[in-house]
Amino acid sequence: MIATAAQLQPSNYLNCSKGWKSWAFTLDHKRIGVMYLVGVLSAFLLGGIFAIIIRLELLTPAADMLGAGDATAAKDRYNEFFTLHGAIMTFLFIIPSIPGSLGNFFLPIMLGAKDVAFPRMNLMSFYLWVGGAIFFLSALLMTGLDTGWTFYTPYSVETNAAVIPATIGVFILGFSSIFTGLNFVVTINTMRPPGMTWFRMPLFLWATYSTAIIQLLATPVIGITVLLLLAEYTLQIGIFNPAYGGDPVLYQHFFWFYSHPAVYIMILPAMGIISELLPVFCRKHIFGYKFIAFSSVAIALIGFLVWGHHMFVSSQSKMTAAIFSFLTFFVAIPSGIKVFNWLATMYKGNIRLATPMCYVLSFLFLFTIGGLTGLPLGALSTDRPLHDTYFVVAHFHYVMMGGTLIAFLAGIFYWWPKMFGKMYNEFWGKVSAGIVFVGFNLTFFPMFILGTQGQARRYASYEPVFQPLHITATCGALLLGFGLCVAAAVLVHSLFYGRKAPMNPWGAATLEWTCTSPPIHHNFDETPWVGDPYIYDNLVWDPEIEGYVERTPSRPGMKPLEQPAHA
Amino acid sequence: MLNSITQTLPVAGFWFRTGASNFVEEVDGLYMLILWISLAFFVLIVGAMALFVLKYRMRAGHDVEQSPSHNNAIELTWTIIPTLIVMVIFVLGFVGFLNMANSPEDAYEINVVANKWNWNFVYPGGVEDPNLHVWKNQPFKLVQSSKDVIHSLYVPAFRIKMDCVPGRYTYQWFEVDRLPEPDDADNIDNAGRMPDGSDAEVGYDLFCAEYCGTGHSSMWAKVIVHESKADFDKWYDVASDIFNDPEGNRRPLAEVGKELYLKKGCIQCHSLDGSAKVGPSFKITADQWGTNAKMTTGEEVNVDENYVRQSILEPNAKYRAGYKPGMPVISLKDTKEKPEIDALIAFIKSLKDK
Repeated sequence: MIATAAQLQPSNYLNCSKGWKSWAFTLDHKRIGVMYLVGVLSAFLLGGIFAIIIRLELLTPAADMLGAGDATAAKDRYNEFFTLHGAIMTFLFIIPSIPGSLGNFFLPIMLGAKDVAFPRMNLMSFYLWVGGAIFFLSALLMTGLDTGWTFYTPYSVETNAAVIPATIGVFILGFSSIFTGLNFVVTINTMRPPGMTWFRMPLFLWATYSTAIIQLLATPVIGITVLLLLAEYTLQIGIFNPAYGGDPVLYQHFFWFYSHPAVYIMILPAMGIISELLPVFCRKHIFGYKFIAFSSVAIALIGFLVWGHHMFVSSQSKMTAAIFSFLTFFVAIPSGIKVFNWLATMYKGNIRLATPMCYVLSFLFLFTIGGLTGLPLGALSTDRPLHDTYFVVAHFHYVMMGGTLIAFLAGIFYWWPKMFGKMYNEFWGKVSAGIVFVGFNLTFFPMFILGTQGQARRYASYEPVFQPLHITATCGALLLGFGLCVAAAVLVHSLFYGRKAPMNPWGAATLEWTCTSPPIHHNFDETPWVGDPYIYDNLVWDPEIEGYVERTPSRPGMKPLEQPAHA
Repeated sequence: MLNSITQTLPVAGFWFRTGASNFVEEVDGLYMLILWISLAFFVLIVGAMALFVLKYRMRAGHDVEQSPSHNNAIELTWTIIPTLIVMVIFVLGFVGFLNMANSPEDAYEINVVANKWNWNFVYPGGVEDPNLHVWKNQPFKLVQSSKDVIHSLYVPAFRIKMDCVPGRYTYQWFEVDRLPEPDDADNIDNAGRMPDGSDAEVGYDLFCAEYCGTGHSSMWAKVIVHESKADFDKWYDVASDIFNDPEGNRRPLAEVGKELYLKKGCIQCHSLDGSAKVGPSFKITADQWGTNAKMTTGEEVNVDENYVRQSILEPNAKYRAGYKPGMPVISLKDTKEKPEIDALIAFIKSLKDK
């Protein structure tokens, strides 16, 4: 009998069962993670295409391209495209991105566990995401959603657009997020292996834990809010619409009570990835472990108390504005602490500039700009001219895209060998990081100047004086899109032509690197031994397998330390 | 004090457009202070990062050096110093904000009524204008409201912004200390964007900053600054009676109608050249005058004075095939506005011959 290829290969989670049903009904957190990865990256592609369309329309001051010369039609299309861009990127991509894909895949493995606490709920979470996504896309295919991703009332209750399917979509997506969060909280609380105390947990888990707390506590509020919106829209009950005696600013409070903490749902896992990757590529213990861990918790908690800074010009009282401004500055501190600790980790390290590390450095640069440009928005007087301008657009893209997306890419490049068992081309990986970095700055830095100069957000047409900066941003967006395509090509290429990945290509000390690449179905044959996740002294480079192997410390005739040849 | 440090620096004009109000010094000063603090931190962080990458990059003969992995003193240092810095920024921002939030007693009040998608400035004497007319060195308080959705009144040169929220009044104030100059960015002729397509008035840009739908990006106006109260009064006298010209002679009704068309925002949705915008073109209405036009319901309605009058007073009662309802109710005071409705009807009828 001739052995099939699958039988020759060692069994892993990818080849242990076959057929579409083995994926569609899988309870394996790794397969769910991979399905999430495919899902969120598809959403990202869609949102990115809308972003490019927006940027192309903005090449000329007049609204023309999208309406084939008809300004009214062009403006309506533009409003639909920026709404879809924002809504898809926020609800379908960035909120589920890291927890759904990398979190699902690696959280249990980092704990030495076989799966999350509630595997069925985990699969349910993915299908809720799919359902929510379908509702969103149905809104696109129906009359076109033009409310902005914020659904501000009374605009959203007066427009003819498909607000109902979109808000039902948000409601469903909210449950997807809650299920993921609940699973993570329970898994981390109950399934840590013996010896893994809270302070021996990898920092990525601290970050996902803090994120999960926010998902659990804040997401129900957006659920309630969209239900109220739905009730007002269909039954004309006066809640938010002044036409029926409601208060539109109340909606903003409800909305941002969720959506501001959601900003930290987006950035905290990204910070977790950076905290995980930096020490590995510096070959040095993370600096200030407890400060980084507690700063994640601090961000999660203070993040609940600053939502009012989205409403500094919405007629909230002076006292309210002052309190929110004050608290907003406090949430900046834990982020600063993290950045300083990351830098201190690099000090006296042995920095290996592999592709994931290039993305990490890109993150540090961009996130620093994103964080610092929050200061003039948090200060009450300087926020006045900057509120609702391109300055805000630039600021949150530096944080959300320069921060979360770049960290997500760093994480994908870092864990890719583990997830799919293939090494990608390092050279082209680094090239992609470089193009994305340049393209990103070219796209979004001009927006700071546009904002201070007076370019308001969500404008389909603009003053001719702004055109050079808009052209620069559009060129940058095309370059950025190209860079992301290169990154995708590098990864996809590796699936077919990549060299087989060793067990531990980067020399990391967290538990997922003690699994095979890719991991077997149940992750570990025996429960692994838990050590300090950031001590690398006993991991040495083995040129034969082009990966790191564990060395028993006091063995006689020990090999001298070697560096990776392509470092 | 802030200002003297920062305004002299060459980077000042790079960010904000030339300012023209009493808040400019405060806002720009704090912005520049934050900018310099941020630059210092940015250079520190990215500089250290670049230095470490160069110095400690993995290479033959280089290895990780022993160094501590925690140090409470240094952690506290980089927690407390940034905290103190942001507290200073908070206090300075708060002080500036209080100044912006509390208008002086002697401020001249102007009502602002925002609707999709034009501005209407209502002066104490009842005169209405689509542009904001003020004079130099006098505090003005804007009493803002909205007829439909949320808008936001934003004048970049004054560094002010405040939402116009339906169902409540909002306030902001300013005092202009400088007339617009020909080389200000604001004076660049926005060809095709001034409501009548020509004669863009010299003034500061006033934008809508809160997304409000189709016409959001063209919902803008100018702040016209008069040298003195006397100059303002001169404009006011003319504006207060659009039916008479400055010499006191009656103006033709169609001409008054055209002015209303430009000033009241009809132009945002109704073209004069037959092309469809959000609403039907007035040229089409003129061409159909006296004949029947098809409504969305399938009903045929005779296009005449009564139809136009009803369309102004109850805009969503009947709307033509191919269009969506959504025109704001311009006014419910039929009797008071009657001469203006007459003027608009005359204007629409005058388009037929073109």
